[in-house]
Amino acid sequence: MNDTGTAVENQLSEDAIIEITGMHKWFGEFHVLQDINLTVKKKERIVICGPSGSGKSTLIRCINRLEEHQRGSIVVDGIELSNDIKNIEKVRTEVGMVFQHFNLFPHLTIVENLALGPIWVRKVPKKEAEETAMYYLEKVQIAEQAQKFPGQLSGGQQQRVAIARSLCMAPKVMLFDEPTSALDPEMIKEVLDVMIDLAREGMTMLVVTHEMGFAKSVAHRVLFMDYGQIVEQNTPNEFFDNPKHDRTKLFLSQILN
Amino acid sequence: MLGHSIKSMDNTTTIDAKSSVKPPVSSVGVVGWARANLFNSWFNSILTLLTLLLLWKVIPPFVNWAFIDSLWWSTSAECKAAEGACWSIIPAKYRYILFGLYPYDSQWRPFLAIIILIGLLFYSRNRAHWKKSLAYAWLVGLILMGLLLRGGILGLASVESTLWGGLPLTLLLSVFGLTAAYPLGVLLALGRQSEMPAIKSICIIYIEMIRGVPLITLLFMSSIVFPLFLPEGVSINAILRAQVAIIMFTAAYIAEVVRGGLQGMSAGQFEAAESLGLNYYQTMRLVILPQALKIVIPPTVSQLISALKDTSLVVIIALYDLLKTTQTTLSDPDWMGFSSEAYIFVALIYFACCYFMSSYSRRLEEELDTGL
Repeated sequence: MNDTGTAVENQLSEDAIIEITGMHKWFGEFHVLQDINLTVKKKERIVICGPSGSGKSTLIRCINRLEEHQRGSIVVDGIELSNDIKNIEKVRTEVGMVFQHFNLFPHLTIVENLALGPIWVRKVPKKEAEETAMYYLEKVQIAEQAQKFPGQLSGGQQQRVAIARSLCMAPKVMLFDEPTSALDPEMIKEVLDVMIDLAREGMTMLVVTHEMGFAKSVAHRVLFMDYGQIVEQNTPNEFFDNPKHDRTKLFLSQILN
Repeated sequence: MLGHSIKSMDNTTTIDAKSSVKPPVSSVGVVGWARANLFNSWFNSILTLLTLLLLWKVIPPFVNWAFIDSLWWSTSAECKAAEGACWSIIPAKYRYILFGLYPYDSQWRPFLAIIILIGLLFYSRNRAHWKKSLAYAWLVGLILMGLLLRGGILGLASVESTLWGGLPLTLLLSVFGLTAAYPLGVLLALGRQSEMPAIKSICIIYIEMIRGVPLITLLFMSSIVFPLFLPEGVSINAILRAQVAIIMFTAAYIAEVVRGGLQGMSAGQFEAAESLGLNYYQTMRLVILPQALKIVIPPTVSQLISALKDTSLVVIIALYDLLKTTQTTLSDPDWMGFSSEAYIFVALIYFACCYFMSSYSRRLEEELDTGL
């Protein structure tokens, strides 16, 4: 567990940016998500935890349609996700995603990795896109590596680049799918620090992670998932000090010891 | 007392370490290498000796034949009396071998066309030159080559394509065949991976059908069966028909090689591209293909090299490519019996072309290597 310092405070707005109602998903016969209802407000930060196979990654992957849901509805920034490819692409430009294994493009330099989306999706001129890229690389403190290739960077550096790459698209929501679990222990902090900075600036964030220190200091709300359901959700203090469900208690006792 | 003895022990170790910096004489240099690699067991020693014996039996006689007893600028009569190789066949007949039936006085034209082609190929080797101007240079170059070969304007005598032959024909079939087959193969590979059932099945049927028959069959079909379906009075140039057959054949094989590369891509690359909002074409063009095609450079080049050599099969539909002109030369009564020399000459030309491709592919691989 990492101690991530003082809590980040932000005023929450009342408008919802993501609304999931009665959503179900199956992988073949396997009912991976069952009747998910979740409303995320603008600037809200949610940490999702739970045992492996509980469906937490699948849930956030449904939000930018990397996975298709079969029943219920997901509305992101007023756009309902359906089979309409135009809607899907629109949602994806508004929602940034950071993966466990970074998934940088190994054939492009760092700055090209960052400029790719803005140039081709947002139709920003190349020069401007590269300036934006450099701005975000400064921000994740990695500007000196701009001309290198991803293969020449450490895991922590690659993950910071991946975060910067998403930010270049100026997303309204950021999804993090276990961003630190593929990292060596000494690199976890540098990535969490970047995420905390992002939180300070009021980014809407959904984070699947087991970093409970991060959850305590940054999240407005902690969700616990098990067997494809949201079992319990609460503010971090209540969630950690006073868990209601037996499954939550069991999970917390396993992860905190 | 105890401390002292430890210290002295330390000293001894240091001295030992220093003196062992140089390895024993028997493990370095020529002797050491031979011992480690050629005579490291009795079985290997026997193999080494046998190999040396074999080389002794083969190399000196070959050198004698090819260089010492050989004739380079003689008449065919002198050649028949000589012991060694008769390279004289090449200076005597090279124009026919290289240009076939092309009118003798106009053979500077295909020669110039080949020079333009080689010049363009060498200029294109450098990736720094890959700009729009290069595309125009190729376009102009290709038109120029066509005009040179065909003639009929600017006072150049018109030369029917039935008279084209030798090296220009081989290069024409190969360069056009390969440059057209490669993109077609990539499209077929993408089609085969497509989620649209109609496109997917068309591509699979095409690839499997073409791969299921030998190139010779396709060439025969293009030259004998295909014309039967054309309306009366319409005929399509024989070279063009062979060209299309070669393109179709090579594309099917390239498609399977490229598919291998596509399957080697991790799902994460697709997901990362999609989550940025890139559409299918952008994802393929900007993210997936650059990586997948890079992975499959070695097998692709193997495929292209074998396609280049396969162009010699057009012999069977009566086109005079490089190999056929060589064969024809050898049926000249004066020069009969010197086939080794003529074929070695042609083999060197083929080797030069193939080596150009493989060395270029190695260079490309190094340049595109980004450490992941």
